[in-house]
Amino acid sequence: MLSTLARRAAKPLASRLVSSNGLRAISSKFAPSHEFAQIDGGVATIGVTDFAQAALGDIVFVDLPEVGDDVEKGESFGSVESVKAASDVYSPVSGVVTEVNEVLSDEPGTVNTSAEAEGWFIKVEMSDTSELDDLMDPAAYQKHCDESS
Amino acid sequence: MLTRTLLSTTSRTLSRRGFAAAVNPDNGGIVTPLEDFHKSQGGKLVEFAGYSLPVLYNKDNGGVLAEHHQTRERAGLFDVSHMGQIKWHGDDCADFIEKCVVGDVKGLKPGFGLLTLITTPEGTIIDDCIVSRAKEGYIYMVVNGACKHKDMAQFNAELEKYGSKDVCMEYMEETLALTAIQGPKAAEATQTIMPSGIDLTGVDFMQGFDTELAGVPGCRITRCGYTGEDGFELSIPAGQAETVVSALMEHADVDVAGLGARDSLRLEAGLCLYGNDIDDTTNPIEAVLGWTLGGKGSRRRTEQGFVGADKFLKPEGGLMKVSRKRVGIAGMKAPARGHTELYDASGENKIGEVTSGTFSPTLKKPIAMGYVETAHAKAGTDIMVNIRGKMQPAKVEKMPFVTTNYYRAP
Repeated sequence: MLSTLARRAAKPLASRLVSSNGLRAISSKFAPSHEFAQIDGGVATIGVTDFAQAALGDIVFVDLPEVGDDVEKGESFGSVESVKAASDVYSPVSGVVTEVNEVLSDEPGTVNTSAEAEGWFIKVEMSDTSELDDLMDPAAYQKHCDESS
Repeated sequence: MLTRTLLSTTSRTLSRRGFAAAVNPDNGGIVTPLEDFHKSQGGKLVEFAGYSLPVLYNKDNGGVLAEHHQTRERAGLFDVSHMGQIKWHGDDCADFIEKCVVGDVKGLKPGFGLLTLITTPEGTIIDDCIVSRAKEGYIYMVVNGACKHKDMAQFNAELEKYGSKDVCMEYMEETLALTAIQGPKAAEATQTIMPSGIDLTGVDFMQGFDTELAGVPGCRITRCGYTGEDGFELSIPAGQAETVVSALMEHADVDVAGLGARDSLRLEAGLCLYGNDIDDTTNPIEAVLGWTLGGKGSRRRTEQGFVGADKFLKPEGGLMKVSRKRVGIAGMKAPARGHTELYDASGENKIGEVTSGTFSPTLKKPIAMGYVETAHAKAGTDIMVNIRGKMQPAKVEKMPFVTTNYYRAP
């Protein structure tokens, strides 16, 4: 999503999420362009990472698709905007949008305060779970952020 | 009687340098006298107009939104030392300056200034600037940082043609810092650094004078700015800039603000940014800045005499018709940034482009400035904005978007 980012090494919050019953954990994957995909069964919850929100600064507008829209892995599905600039957001997986985070239309700043939890963008019913294979796990993503800083 | 330029316009000239032109190695910009101060405040320093300046501050009450609100609600303090400060001397300097700018410089009362435009032979705009007649005997001009060297090249070219009269252009280079304090609390805060006996309540908008500030001699204060709020621009000898700025920061309502907030503030106030909203392809009438020439029948409109006048003024002083006009735009759901295409209400015919756009922190909605064909330029006209391939309805709106608070002395 961002070609140049500010110096910042933030620990991905999603790496600390654990399932309460231990039977099926939500796993977190990351794209090098600083989007995350939290996987629960066949559904991916997608947003931008804490590292990304820190680099963007105050977020004032988020442009999201509609429920029922198709998204393609690697393609832009919307944008996240600060006062100064708009940044495309790329989907880490392909599928159909099943939910859109309505909170962000009134409170776009939620992406700043809670990027990887309340600031999620869309939920996607995945069409091809093998697309997850080339995404990074939390440790690899953390390393990627450290190297960018 | 001599025509002389005290300094050449190239940055290689060193005769008046108070500070060596040190450069910030991270962003390649020339450091201003406040570089250390910015770092101490968590300034995120970027290159702008060739200088190292903070786009925002990483601190409590920092970030573009917080700094914007700080300025509208209390007082924001900006470093604008990149701008060009020029002092003009000599009995003929007002007459000469009028050859280059559209405004009524000769008519300026001592201690007062105006916003004016420097023009090209094609009648387009080289730069906008503030010109003030100092009662201390010189004319004081502040030009845009990114334009100052080309402005002075233009002045030098015109000085050659002007002949042997008494005019001297003194570019203050890096010897003076320039800061701006803007907001409803700016006057109260600035009063605390004035010498005793000077009451700012009597100082009108666009009025200025030489003074001490926080005990530092050799400063100049002008009641003007670029935010739509009441406030002052403070010209300070470079070596003492931090002293004055630190004194202002003592006031509880003053906090720093960077370039990001400066841009969202000026756009809300409907003020042009040279390079975006006006440039050397726009003339003053298209830019809806004809007021800088004065009203119908004004001396400058009838006498003309400035470079390019005949390209947008009729011989008797009327304004020539233009095919496009600068307008305000709002109503679209997403921010419309520069170069966004504008269409008529049917969405079929392109009628113009956005030149500046952002999300307005005060109004909490997108606002923009752009040019549209004259037929669509009336406030209230429905138009369409093409944002990332989607046509969004919007309307032409009057500017300023946010009510301004320019000061009127009682």
